[in-house]
Amino acid sequence: MNTFLSILVDGIAYGMILFMISVGLSVTMGLMRVINLAHGGFAMLGGALAHWLIAAGLDYWSAMALAVAGTMLIALPLERLLYQRIYRMGELQQVLATIGIAFLMIASVNLWLGSTILPIPTPPLLRGALDLGFRTLPYHRIVVIIAGLIVIALLFLLIERTRFGIRLRAAVDHRATASVLGINTAAIYALTFMLGAGLAALGGVLGAELLPIDAYYPLRYMVLFLTVVAVGGMGSITGSFVAALGLGILDTAARYLVPDFGTIAFYAAMMLLLTLRPHGLMGRGHA
Amino acid sequence: MKLTPLTKGLLADALLIIAAVVAFYAFPYDLAFLTRIVIMAILVLSIDLILGLGGIVTLGQAALYGSGAYAAGLFAIHISGDPLLGLAVGMLAGAAIAFLSGLLLMRAEGLTLIMLSIAVALVLQEIANRARDWTGGADGMRGIRMDPILGLWRFDFIGQTGYIYVCCVLFVVLFALKVLKASPLGLMARGIHESPARMRAIGAPVYQRRLILYTLGGAIAGIAGALAAQITQLVSLEVFNFSHSAEAVIMLILGGAGKLYGAIIGTVIFMVVHHLAASVDPFNWLFIIGALVLGVVFFVPQGLLGVPTALKRLIGGGK
Amino acid sequence: MKGLQTKGLNKSFGGLVVARDITLSLQPGDRTALIGPNGAGKTTFSNLITGILKPTSGQILLDGRDIGGMGEAARVRAGIAKTFQITTLFKHLSVRENIRLPILERERRALRFWHRADRDKGVEAEIEAQLSAFNLLGLADRPVQDLAYGQQRLVEMAMTLALKPRVLILDEPAAGVPSSDSHLITGAIEALPADLAVLIIEHDMKLVFQVARSIIVLVNGAILTQGTPPEIAANQQVRDLYLGAHHD
Repeated sequence: MNTFLSILVDGIAYGMILFMISVGLSVTMGLMRVINLAHGGFAMLGGALAHWLIAAGLDYWSAMALAVAGTMLIALPLERLLYQRIYRMGELQQVLATIGIAFLMIASVNLWLGSTILPIPTPPLLRGALDLGFRTLPYHRIVVIIAGLIVIALLFLLIERTRFGIRLRAAVDHRATASVLGINTAAIYALTFMLGAGLAALGGVLGAELLPIDAYYPLRYMVLFLTVVAVGGMGSITGSFVAALGLGILDTAARYLVPDFGTIAFYAAMMLLLTLRPHGLMGRGHA
Repeated sequence: MKLTPLTKGLLADALLIIAAVVAFYAFPYDLAFLTRIVIMAILVLSIDLILGLGGIVTLGQAALYGSGAYAAGLFAIHISGDPLLGLAVGMLAGAAIAFLSGLLLMRAEGLTLIMLSIAVALVLQEIANRARDWTGGADGMRGIRMDPILGLWRFDFIGQTGYIYVCCVLFVVLFALKVLKASPLGLMARGIHESPARMRAIGAPVYQRRLILYTLGGAIAGIAGALAAQITQLVSLEVFNFSHSAEAVIMLILGGAGKLYGAIIGTVIFMVVHHLAASVDPFNWLFIIGALVLGVVFFVPQGLLGVPTALKRLIGGGK
Repeated sequence: MKGLQTKGLNKSFGGLVVARDITLSLQPGDRTALIGPNGAGKTTFSNLITGILKPTSGQILLDGRDIGGMGEAARVRAGIAKTFQITTLFKHLSVRENIRLPILERERRALRFWHRADRDKGVEAEIEAQLSAFNLLGLADRPVQDLAYGQQRLVEMAMTLALKPRVLILDEPAAGVPSSDSHLITGAIEALPADLAVLIIEHDMKLVFQVARSIIVLVNGAILTQGTPPEIAANQQVRDLYLGAHHD
């Protein structure tokens, strides 16, 4: 029972981190049809910025906010200068160009902060644990889970209730018509890309305990983030959420229960699912 | 001067052989590195068959390469140290893994295919890691001892025999691929690359055809893996690394896909730049390779072999 | 029973019925056109015949043999060929190579890897014959993407005939071809082998009345009527359908 609860809490927290980092990737893949292997780089940039700001004396929460904002500011020129042209390329060229960008991000962070792990010390508040009597829950996990829930709630409000959301949905569903109808797709692409990068940065900072930040982060976890998108279905926020939680719990459970075969179980599950549903859980089968 | 494709090909082959011979005498202390380049070129050629010719975009060639390496290693330790037999075993292992994984992979496309192909390599790596009794796990497989090639040429410490051996294998593979490219099968592969829908409309079962191409590519990747195991006399889990697959694809695109010689030129340039840059600092090397990849993708999508044509078009007013 | 028959062919997606009890027969030598307003189910019907879609119920027979269980490629090998979108031609291959491929497929030689593709005298002679039949000899070594739309249509026809089909489905053979070149298409259709069973799916009524000897009108996934061109032209229901909606 105790193991079960641990798996559940750790798995859900892990899933929330995966969701925050991957949701932007999923939406940009669905919207711009771009296979972005450098997306994890934004989570790393967020983490690296937070590490640097805290080392410079800032408190955890301000550092987190500034790191997210800073990552979005870095994402904007990248989108305008590079990604805008990558959207129009074939899938192979996209894969290579974005691997190239990931390499540049890795090299830059290494040059800036070195190649060691960049710790992001959490404030005392997050270090404690909630005592439930029969067991304890680390505050960090609880905060991560709450943050994940807030993010998905805000995303739904944004998509369902705002003009931006309406336009975003129109652009995803009918790309050609959206631009004919005078919707500024270039602006939507840029905003979406920035938002996705910002969420990845948030996930990178919050998840640093589970996925430690270092220069090689974008490639080390690339497959993990892409798996969430492929399993969830490109362009689907709900799909990413379900896939991230499912994979988070599955991975955690496998590590608790069959530690020797955790990786195999994880990828076997992914391969099985993609064989049965090549477009993912919520994919629409366009691709 | 107008050259027919046939004379052009013969000229290129002659240049390649001369380059291999010159390298042998010019860099007698770097033969181990030169040998690595040649083995990598064979791996990149296997991707050229699958991706350049058949248009099948995967990022999991390390799965096929690694299978060839482990199979050749196991064969040498447990059955026979004969290099050529080992090569055949590696080839069969690469083909078998390609066929088995291809049964699943070749039904997928786009991101799903890329993901699945990466996952196959990761799963194999994990299996090799767990099967410690057979593979040595994370310590790597040791104790590979090779007999002389054809009972005549012993592998020496400087690596002269090894270099000549891998060069011969490269030429055989290159020749086989040239024949294949000009054959009905090669034309069929280009058809699948250009338009799978039209291939179905002319009666070609596309899934089976992709599976055949992937299996052939697996055989060649298996040869490359077997050579690596025989030359270094060591197989480690790294053979299944994602970076192997990614770098090999980058080398192909750097030189130019679908042209065979592009695979060789791309490999040589990538490996030499890597060698020089990484000896300074492995991370700064990523600046160079990142910029190189972006430069090629943005400015010469046809690869370096496409540069003369692009220049000709530019000067000739885009004929 | 020679030729192609469908018996009570039905297809629905969920609650949406797109083909309703379609029974028809196409004999060797027939020149039958399938017409109908947009959304009548013409493309669905063509996809059912070629195997891209599987029918919900009903039978498809070729020379009396049920081919309903066959996949797309197998039906082509059994003798049903179609032309569809020229955007799916092998654009970077030469005209000659575009025609060589279907011949190699038909001869079951596409998996040979030990000899050159372009050295078989029989195959090359056949390519030359197809090229000259469609007036493409001068363009033989140009990549298909360099050709005008009308010429690309001819390449497509030549490729499809190279399969030596017994049943030929022409899906909008005039689409994308400027009217100045439409005589190329009608000419090519008129020159098709006499014993071939041909089904033409087309919007262009002028072309239909020029080349078809029998016309089937499809509405809402079902056959409304079938007859000779004069009969169809005189049919009040059909006139209402076309004059009421739009005049092509």
